[in-house]
Amino acid sequence: MTDIATRATRVVRSPGGRRRLNGGGPRAGTIFAFVIPFFLPFVLFYLVPVGYALWQSVRVVRRTGGQYGTSYTTFGGFEQYGKVFQNDEFWSSIGRIGLFGIVQVPVMLFVALVIALLLDTPLLRLKSAFRIAAFMPYAVPGVIAAIMWSYLYSPQLSPVVDLLNDIGLKPDFLGPGAVLWSAANISTWLWTGYNMLIMFSALQSIPQELYEAAKLDGASNWAIAWRIKVPIIAPSIVLTTVFSIIGTLQLYAEPAVLRQISSNISSTFTPNMLAYAVASGNNYQQAAAISVVIAVITFVLSFGFMRLTSKRAGL
Amino acid sequence: MALMLLLAIYFLLPIYFLIVASTKPQGDLAATNGLAFSHFNLFENLRVLFTRSDGIFGRWALNTVIYAVLGAAVGTLISALCGYALAKFRFRGREFLFSVILGGVLVPTTALALPLFLLFSATGIVNTYFAVFLPSIVSPFGVYLARIFANAAVPQELLESARLDGAGEFRTFFSVAFKLMTPSLVTIFLFQFVAIWNNFFLPMVMLQKESLFPITLGLYEWNGQTARAPLLQESVITGSLVSIVPVIILFILLQRFWRTGLAAGSLK
Repeated sequence: MTDIATRATRVVRSPGGRRRLNGGGPRAGTIFAFVIPFFLPFVLFYLVPVGYALWQSVRVVRRTGGQYGTSYTTFGGFEQYGKVFQNDEFWSSIGRIGLFGIVQVPVMLFVALVIALLLDTPLLRLKSAFRIAAFMPYAVPGVIAAIMWSYLYSPQLSPVVDLLNDIGLKPDFLGPGAVLWSAANISTWLWTGYNMLIMFSALQSIPQELYEAAKLDGASNWAIAWRIKVPIIAPSIVLTTVFSIIGTLQLYAEPAVLRQISSNISSTFTPNMLAYAVASGNNYQQAAAISVVIAVITFVLSFGFMRLTSKRAGL
Repeated sequence: MALMLLLAIYFLLPIYFLIVASTKPQGDLAATNGLAFSHFNLFENLRVLFTRSDGIFGRWALNTVIYAVLGAAVGTLISALCGYALAKFRFRGREFLFSVILGGVLVPTTALALPLFLLFSATGIVNTYFAVFLPSIVSPFGVYLARIFANAAVPQELLESARLDGAGEFRTFFSVAFKLMTPSLVTIFLFQFVAIWNNFFLPMVMLQKESLFPITLGLYEWNGQTARAPLLQESVITGSLVSIVPVIILFILLQRFWRTGLAAGSLK
């Protein structure tokens, strides 16, 4: 695939393509007709809401003359953002999600990488069956996955809890200390296979000759895996990390489902749940400011991570 | 090998549990071992599921098809047109347009949902099919993939000769490019289908009317009521199974396509 893509980029930049600038080619109207069916909805449902959220986030609701006066909205500068940063619930939701991400993302990606490397060795049988098994959770929506796991966590129904009780452990998957990790397990279950496949596809595009040369030099399978394969697929690992960071910051469905059976998840457990709770309280300007802050954190972390790793790995 | 076996059990356990639990009568759910079959009651569970609240589950299934299948189909077509134009036509502002669209990939969809709700409330679209359907057809990632695939699969010479034969651009697209791009369009369709099928926040924010819910939102609501109405539990379980099995089968049948897509997605 890498092959096809590099070739594709070359086609775009080739001098043959350049010629079309002055040559025949479709008229502006035709190009417009190709682009507009996507671009119009893109503007309406992506760009306009982003702009609208920014605008809302600098508005405040004020009242004329005391508590019973009529309310009106006006420009408030960064007032809403000030409130976001002074909100303890905001910081605790960020702290929770940060802890979640720092543990869950590396664990998930490490497991995904190990599976991808194992699938790439000639040692194993039943590979395609295993690959499908690992990818299957990707077809399950987060809500449904959370419902399935919540039954496996619940003390009344779960065969897993029964089993652990039998061997003397008394697990409480929904307890105050454990529930965050129960949610992390659902994310891990959902996305390990997807990440594994991205890494596995990258591994498959490495030319075999590279390994033969390393073998001639006496490299073991482990050395080949860690010294050759992993550095080559580093861009895929960076990509899966960025996707995982974005996913973690957006967390909503899984904790929302667990909230239905556990009192240890508050309505402001994650930043998105907080934004929704604030919007439900009709404070849209504040909810908009929270959404903008979440989006900015997402951008900063994703880009920051990409910059950091690409500098260090010299990609 | 032992490690792989353990992981396979981990990945399949919840699905296996769901299959077993769907075949049991409600009373056996808590009373019998969750991993072993007891009385086979699947057909009765299905009957209850589809007749509960005037057959609302069937309605949810239909809605899911409208949102996810139709939405992904329309979305794939417009992504393909745009991606193809970005790959094959040279025009001013092309790279700028592509950068703006690519930037859209990074906007968290949950951050879009709340402002969209406000805009849609102001225009009265909220609580209709359109409120979920219209935003779902936009997939910046689909355009990105379509551009890569159009570059890779459609040779420029073929387009030139179609033009020389006097075919219009749309005719060329649908009769030449579309066929060459078909495998990649299936990939884009699959990715968008999963994205819509997974997007829980948008329907939750937009919809109050139960009759407009997709399956995920419907089951979520039912699941929230099980404390008061324990009999709903069996329907939540059976409903979950009914909703994921067709998708899993579809994925197994189409695995060739998502593998291509993942490989292309990992390029950057």
